[in-house]
Amino acid sequence: MSQSLLETPLLLETPLVGWHVAHGGRMVDFAGWRMPVQYASIVEEHLATRASAGMFDVSHMGRLTIGGPAAVEWLESLLTRKVAGIEVGRVRYTLVTSDADGQPVVLDDALVSRDTDAADGTMRLALVVNASNRDRVVAWLTSRLPGAGVTFADRTRETAMIAVQGPRAIQIVGSLCTPADAARIAGLGNYRATSAVVAGHAAAVSRTGYTGEDGVELVVDAHAATPVWEAIHAAGAPLGLRACGLGARDTLRLEAGMPLYGHELRENSDPFAIGLGLAVNLDGRSFPGASHYAALRKHHAGRVRVGLTFDSKRSAREGDVVMRGERHVGVVTSGSFAPTLGTAVAMAMVDRDVATAGTAVEGVIRESRQPAVVTPLPFYQRDKPGA
Amino acid sequence: MAADLKFAKTHEWVRPESGGVVTVGISSYAVEALTDLVFMQLPAVGRKVKAGESFGEIESVKAVSDLYAPISGEIVEVNSALPGKLETLGKDPYGEGWVARIKPDNPAEMDGLLDRTSYDALVGSQPH
Repeated sequence: MSQSLLETPLLLETPLVGWHVAHGGRMVDFAGWRMPVQYASIVEEHLATRASAGMFDVSHMGRLTIGGPAAVEWLESLLTRKVAGIEVGRVRYTLVTSDADGQPVVLDDALVSRDTDAADGTMRLALVVNASNRDRVVAWLTSRLPGAGVTFADRTRETAMIAVQGPRAIQIVGSLCTPADAARIAGLGNYRATSAVVAGHAAAVSRTGYTGEDGVELVVDAHAATPVWEAIHAAGAPLGLRACGLGARDTLRLEAGMPLYGHELRENSDPFAIGLGLAVNLDGRSFPGASHYAALRKHHAGRVRVGLTFDSKRSAREGDVVMRGERHVGVVTSGSFAPTLGTAVAMAMVDRDVATAGTAVEGVIRESRQPAVVTPLPFYQRDKPGA
Repeated sequence: MAADLKFAKTHEWVRPESGGVVTVGISSYAVEALTDLVFMQLPAVGRKVKAGESFGEIESVKAVSDLYAPISGEIVEVNSALPGKLETLGKDPYGEGWVARIKPDNPAEMDGLLDRTSYDALVGSQPH
């Protein structure tokens, strides 16, 4: 019987690992990265993000850059969202697909953005992908590189990414910038990006996140990660900001009804059935799988993604079966106690005839059945100013 | 405190009471490690359990964990107030936070459990 030389595989570490460990982060293996799942309490970190702000080390996410005179044309041929015509500072949610015997394979979901142009006038684009899919997305894109005209680099290890999320996030980050940069960040629309100097370090700042709150995600050079992180923490803590681990990130995105690759979204997912139709632009497009998706869009069959609200704090978890009476009607893709709501919620793929809001179903949790009601997503939506 | 307790490697504690029953609970280390508890399933009174058998479960925001019977015997009483007041587990894990009382088949099984010093040494060596 062969044995690994070392008991545990080597894990990648973000530039912030020292801070996490020094501050009580419970470190776990997440997609090959040594990441904090929580510092003290997931519930407290979650609630702090909703009430004030949470900061998250998301440096494990893959950060890829694309440049060169043919960059737009090349990426346009590979992503489900249009890249042609994208303006400077625009961020779009997209899927990355490949094609296996005519069938599309969803490799990942990602954010594609256009940075300011390079000094030679060519466009620069950025792609943020999931840690769990970075290797295969990089391999796939590399395999599709044309002979010339496109430069493609994986900058994950040279940079760090910090998400600051919550009603106080913009104020806290702005307090570490010049008034002009602070005003520009405050004026950024959702899914818009700019560059700024944050706590003395150059940062790419985008009005994006994965919590259902207002906020930004910052990309800085790896060496700037700890000083920027510490400055945000020091500025935010008096206002109620907390450092948050991946546990709170997961409960926050669940309440916000956001899909997570590997759970709601999978290789063979029908994007239209899981509510990601807006991530697939078929208008004159020829990305891998486009013709198959064109047929799927009209098909309207198979299970659809819904929310489930339980009448207890105990939630069904991924893989648990959903029943209506004696009929097996679906499967849970993510589930947890939802701290903001005070009850358990889940997302599930269910048969279309039970997908109507208000339908009573049951989640099978081990041997017992837990009553739940089909609920529109998202479970939680922040109050938007002026809305 | 809790010098008369014995511990299972699975983090349950056992305390002998008068009348030949033992009280069973969850160690403070385990409660602290679980955090954010949301649900607990107690065993049924009258159920016969074998040492090492799952006899309940406890769920945190992050995960579901089994509770294992630290000793074989019959469940004679459960702390039915506990699932509705899980914070008691954190506040008083060796007192009000008790889980169940078991009438052991063989009280000598207690000798196979860890004493406080050995248990503390075990959890002290866990990675944090």
